[in-house]
Amino acid sequence: MGRYVIRRLLQMIPVFFGATLLIFLMVNVMGDPIAGLCGDRQCDPATAAQLKREFGLDKPVWQQYLTYMGNVFTGDFGTAFNGQPVTELMGLAFPVTIRLTVVAILFEIVIGIALGVVTGLRRGRPVDTTVLLLTLVVLSVPTFVTGLLIQLLLGVKWGWIKPAVSPEAAFGELIVPGLVLASVSLAYVTRLTRTSIAENKRADYVRTAVAKGLPRRRVITRHLLRNSLIPVVTFIGADVGALMGGAIVTERIFNIHGVGYQLYQGIVRQNTQTVVGFVTVLVLVFLLANLLVDLLYAVLDPRIRYA
Amino acid sequence: MRGATHAKWAALATAVALAATACGGGGDTGGGGADGVVTSSWGDPQNPLEPANTNEVQGGKVLSMIFRGLKQYDPKTGEAKDMLAEKIETTDSTNFRITVKNGWTFSNGEKVTAKSFVDAWNYGAHLKNNQKNAYFFGYIEGYDKVHPDKGQPSAATMSGLKVVDERTFTVKLTQKFSTFPDTLGYAAFAPLPRAFYDDHAGWLSKPIGNGPYTVDSYSKGSQMVLRRWDAYPGTDKAQNGGITLKVYTDNNTAYTDLTAGNLDLVDDVPASQLKNVSADLGDRYINTPAGIIQTLSWPFYRPEFNKPGQEKLRKGLSMAIDRKQITETIFQKTRTPAKDWTSPVLGADGGYKEMCGEACEYNPAEAKKLVAQGGGIPGGTLRISYNADTGSHKEWVDAVCNSINRALGNNRACVGNPVGTFADYRNQVTTQKLNGPFRAGWQMDYPLIQNFLQPLYYTNASSNDGKYSSPEFDKLVDDANAETDTKKAVELFQRAEEVLRDDMGAIPLWYQNGSAGYSERVENVSLNPFSVPVYDQIKVK
Repeated sequence: MGRYVIRRLLQMIPVFFGATLLIFLMVNVMGDPIAGLCGDRQCDPATAAQLKREFGLDKPVWQQYLTYMGNVFTGDFGTAFNGQPVTELMGLAFPVTIRLTVVAILFEIVIGIALGVVTGLRRGRPVDTTVLLLTLVVLSVPTFVTGLLIQLLLGVKWGWIKPAVSPEAAFGELIVPGLVLASVSLAYVTRLTRTSIAENKRADYVRTAVAKGLPRRRVITRHLLRNSLIPVVTFIGADVGALMGGAIVTERIFNIHGVGYQLYQGIVRQNTQTVVGFVTVLVLVFLLANLLVDLLYAVLDPRIRYA
Repeated sequence: MRGATHAKWAALATAVALAATACGGGGDTGGGGADGVVTSSWGDPQNPLEPANTNEVQGGKVLSMIFRGLKQYDPKTGEAKDMLAEKIETTDSTNFRITVKNGWTFSNGEKVTAKSFVDAWNYGAHLKNNQKNAYFFGYIEGYDKVHPDKGQPSAATMSGLKVVDERTFTVKLTQKFSTFPDTLGYAAFAPLPRAFYDDHAGWLSKPIGNGPYTVDSYSKGSQMVLRRWDAYPGTDKAQNGGITLKVYTDNNTAYTDLTAGNLDLVDDVPASQLKNVSADLGDRYINTPAGIIQTLSWPFYRPEFNKPGQEKLRKGLSMAIDRKQITETIFQKTRTPAKDWTSPVLGADGGYKEMCGEACEYNPAEAKKLVAQGGGIPGGTLRISYNADTGSHKEWVDAVCNSINRALGNNRACVGNPVGTFADYRNQVTTQKLNGPFRAGWQMDYPLIQNFLQPLYYTNASSNDGKYSSPEFDKLVDDANAETDTKKAVELFQRAEEVLRDDMGAIPLWYQNGSAGYSERVENVSLNPFSVPVYDQIKVK
């Protein structure tokens, strides 16, 4: 087990460097960021040159990358064009996005698994068909459509929520955006759980548990559900990273000043420091989430550990 | 055990109730009347908020609230009126003697003196301070010492600025510039308090100015709370208790928030909502011309676009564009077809005159003839460059091309040439990489005809991206700047504009309107000629 973890950690190093280098190159290919700073008029050449020097943009890209990575390891992610250190932007954005992700994941776990269990146990019944149809609808409608529709109905027509989330972005305000963000994954979790439950319902150990005279509730939670959750847990684990990086649409719709918003601003303003900084952290989150899932796999199913 | 469970439920219920109230009601909008607070949409300013470093409208909004300069542009007419200036005297249009009014202070109590201006201008001009509007001080003598084109500055201050006494200072320009006093309403010329230099970081996190509002709190990237400054000495005191500027990730969300009643003012109605805006807001929608013009510029730096006789080609292409139809269908009348190279906000006295005439009218038959006479389109296909990331430029560029193709009866006459990002687009524009016409937008710095002509079309001027050059045009601009009589100066500028028209140095497309919408809570909302809301006049019912 220890060797497995170490091997996985070592694998992360090249992935980390490769991903950041790629992002760095991609942002740099887009041209001179200073040109966009002065709006529809030309920056005067002296100021432009001075700004370039200050942001280190006058050096070759490989040198910029090396300097950047060197700084990153000392915790310095550079400065955004509006004069704020990128770490400060991260400090503002990540807590908000993490809260949003937590809300989304909670929805996935609670609603997704509950629906999955119900439908899995009643396969072919009307409940099952209804939920299957509903999840199909959710899966086929893009998030921005669901988001805008819910915002219009709940926020404007019925006035249940505020259409825009305040800068503090408290948990209460994030319930609806979290649900929107979770919707697609939620449908997947439901379907995954359903299939898994339906399959395991006929397993020997369930029959044995029932034959022992255990109460139905205990059979379902302790025997059936526990064994059916392995693929679901895997999916949710991998989804953490995806939700954090993919929240850009939801964040834009509901005015959430999180990671997606900062990334969008960074890309529009071609602010290398912001984009690379945020993506670097996101890459780390992805890698760690994947590592965690793989480790969980090994813990949950010993066969994988030895394979 | 039981008790503990109860307590837990009670706590949970409270939490839910708290969350529910946070969702549903109130917010930070205090009472109504004169102390009522107005909430307004905002975008994250691109640059640090310093007067000489703010060149976009979002930062400009804040500066318009917390600063007052020597002059102030009338929100209705755009006329430059004395604000802090008691008098500005000159005999030769080169040397100016400026007297600052008595009784003005910054909101921290510091007196506004002649030195407040001189220090601020020297700071704004100095190369090491990276101020993006430094070129505004370019006419002042000694600018080339503090802001050389190459190398390091050789002076700390500009020799053309001298403090005479507490309330008087003199400005010496390097050339005659008769309308110089009228430029002094621009934010870059605002005075700065000592606190700006003593604790720069502190000032940036909570700017201190001398305007009708003070900054109560500023959380970068999310919101700025401005409150009325009760001791404000000016005549344009704020009519409301304060303004809360809220940063929105998307102007669509801001608009939705307005229709839901959570926001009082949106000064950028999204294009996608223009169809619904009258149904949603009725007469609470404002759509007025602003000092912004869109043109198509020509790459005069390329030999194939700089041949004698090609003015006919350019005029023909101008006549091939159906401006009326495009502004009505694509822009839902938030643009006004251009009839000259300036803007209607200048007014007739300021130099606005519909001098483009038939060259800006859609006339396909004449267009086809002129294009042929002008030698045809170089290379056979016109490629109009634009940035595709913001501003929905693709729609109108495609429409312009369709219009040209239809008029010329040639499907390959014109195509759009999208560039991925604004930064890349500007980079290609400023390094003369484009080999066809490109979109150009110009937002005036101050409502002067000079500002619409000189920076854009004077030989080697700062924003003359197409490298248009005409000795005749240059001479008329020089003469106009030297003319002390404003009326004659305007006439000379108009004659320069006629030269530009005969060359068709750029194709005028349309004037951009400022658009805004507001809630039923507020009234007396208007946009100034810069399309910024006149915040201090807004009244809360």
